[in-house]
Amino acid sequence: MLSETLSFRIFRWVVITIVALFVILPVYVMVTSALKPLGDVLGSFQWWPSTLTIQPFIDMWTTVPLGLYFFNSAVVSLTATLFSVIIAIFASYAISRYAFKGRNVLAGATLATQMLPGLLFLLPLFLIFVNIDKLLGFTLLYQTRLGLIVTFLTFTLPFSIWMLTGFLNGIPKDLDEASRVDGAGTLTTLFRIIVPVARPGIIAVAVYSFMTAWGEILFASQMTNADTKTLSIGLQGYSSEVSVAWNQIMAASLAVSVPVVIAFLLLQRYIIAGLTSGSVK
Amino acid sequence: MRTPLDNTVAATPPSAFGATKQRTATVRRRWTKERATPYLLILPATLLILLVQIGPMIAGIVISLFKLTRLYIANWANAPFAGLDNYRVALDFSTPIGQKLVQSFLTTLLYTIIVVGVCWLIGTSAAIVLQRSFRGQNMLRTFFLLPYALPAYASIITWSFMLQRDNGVVNNVLVNGLHLFNDPPFWLLGNNSFVSMAVIAIWHRWPFAFLMILAGMQSIPEDVYQASAIDGASVWQQIRYITLGMLRPVNFVLLLMMFLWSFNDFNTPFVLFGPTAPPQSNLLSIHIYDNSFLNWNFGLGSAMSVLLLIFLALVSGALLLWNRRSQRA
Repeated sequence: MLSETLSFRIFRWVVITIVALFVILPVYVMVTSALKPLGDVLGSFQWWPSTLTIQPFIDMWTTVPLGLYFFNSAVVSLTATLFSVIIAIFASYAISRYAFKGRNVLAGATLATQMLPGLLFLLPLFLIFVNIDKLLGFTLLYQTRLGLIVTFLTFTLPFSIWMLTGFLNGIPKDLDEASRVDGAGTLTTLFRIIVPVARPGIIAVAVYSFMTAWGEILFASQMTNADTKTLSIGLQGYSSEVSVAWNQIMAASLAVSVPVVIAFLLLQRYIIAGLTSGSVK
Repeated sequence: MRTPLDNTVAATPPSAFGATKQRTATVRRRWTKERATPYLLILPATLLILLVQIGPMIAGIVISLFKLTRLYIANWANAPFAGLDNYRVALDFSTPIGQKLVQSFLTTLLYTIIVVGVCWLIGTSAAIVLQRSFRGQNMLRTFFLLPYALPAYASIITWSFMLQRDNGVVNNVLVNGLHLFNDPPFWLLGNNSFVSMAVIAIWHRWPFAFLMILAGMQSIPEDVYQASAIDGASVWQQIRYITLGMLRPVNFVLLLMMFLWSFNDFNTPFVLFGPTAPPQSNLLSIHIYDNSFLNWNFGLGSAMSVLLLIFLALVSGALLLWNRRSQRA
């Protein structure tokens, strides 16, 4: 622990003040502007709404098809997350508990592919989807929710395997052995013993994976159309129009942020442990 | 609970020879089943990774060797083989295509250095001052994570509102509050757009550096600080020699990860500017994206993506080697 001196105490409050102001400014602008009438966001910036109103939260549903975007984002992100986490439970258990050929290759691949440029997947997947649909004679993948889910798996799956392996490594192997001695098979051990113990870790992986899918932009920008557009692309498109009702955009931004921020903050202990364990130890 | 082995034994007639034979067979089968277990567990994941990642990645490398333009998008089997032509076009610096790629590369490099450097600086400073427990420490830490928890597009859109020339908060503070400019500047055009983009990326990313550094600091043993305090080290010497010294491995991983993220950053310029960014803010991802989808030249786009991949792999490899060597020394 660092010993306190006057200069350090001054340094602390200078850093905290500057960083806190930097962090709070956009959050403040988002929250207060979401409660402003339209007139307040057209002229020069106002620090406080002339009248507090929740009208932007009502209007935002009709200005753009926000409900549809919400539905699309929720369906695609939830499915990709659910699928990744279930598959990751099996794979991470194998990586964490068994010595087998190709173990390091698989573990390395889950880490390395997270660092690759997304474009490297987008261009070929685009072509593959277009050509599969042409072969089938109907639209199965190109700009559909199913196709978008497939592209989301390119990052949710390796990430889930990597983070969950870290959590499972932290669970003592004695638990497995005790269960084996009692005669339980692999799957019984995994689902009766390991999964309940790892539940906070699994939930943290799911939440973080959902967050990345919820915020995804690159794939969604080419793999969606008017009917399958997600929140990220829908709001980006609206915010770059010529006349923009910024109070409604801020209200929508707040609405899409609140669920993930609450989930992140509630589970922050587990998410932080999962994110940092791989690189710190 | 009965194991398969018990069943076999029970079902075997009491002929000694037959029992032994059967038992050996069962033991061998059990042994192979044990051996097969991890492979069965990773089977779905491996298949999916091959299908959605490795397969498309190889396809991407193959595409870069073909003349895959607008005409062949829905008809890729007929695209003519181009050899390394796409790479030659991308790297021919006497033509506008090559020059723009170099310009975009240099912009990305500068952007990465600034974003990673400032994120590290803010993250380290915040971690140092929040390491010691004091009233409100936990609340502040949670508060500092807020930018990281927000969906990227929500915060980038908010920043884009803040940076509007006539109704944004930034010009309100700089022009009306501090009187730094007579004429309100455009923050999303020209050179200013680069500064804006970097500030937004720093706002969104620095809490990750903070998280990792804070976690690294918690693994520094307490007695090192106590021993140095007894030896008369000042708090600044402790930070310089103990904290920063022992954080070296964490910092290495952190900087490598942030380097790769920033170099591949697509979200910040895309949400801020749409598919075509101002030339001063034309990061590689958006440049390649724009080239591929505006002109539908996927062959050239893939070649540029592969070049980006090769560059990132070389830099990461060199850094990892350097790190291993300097740790051994």
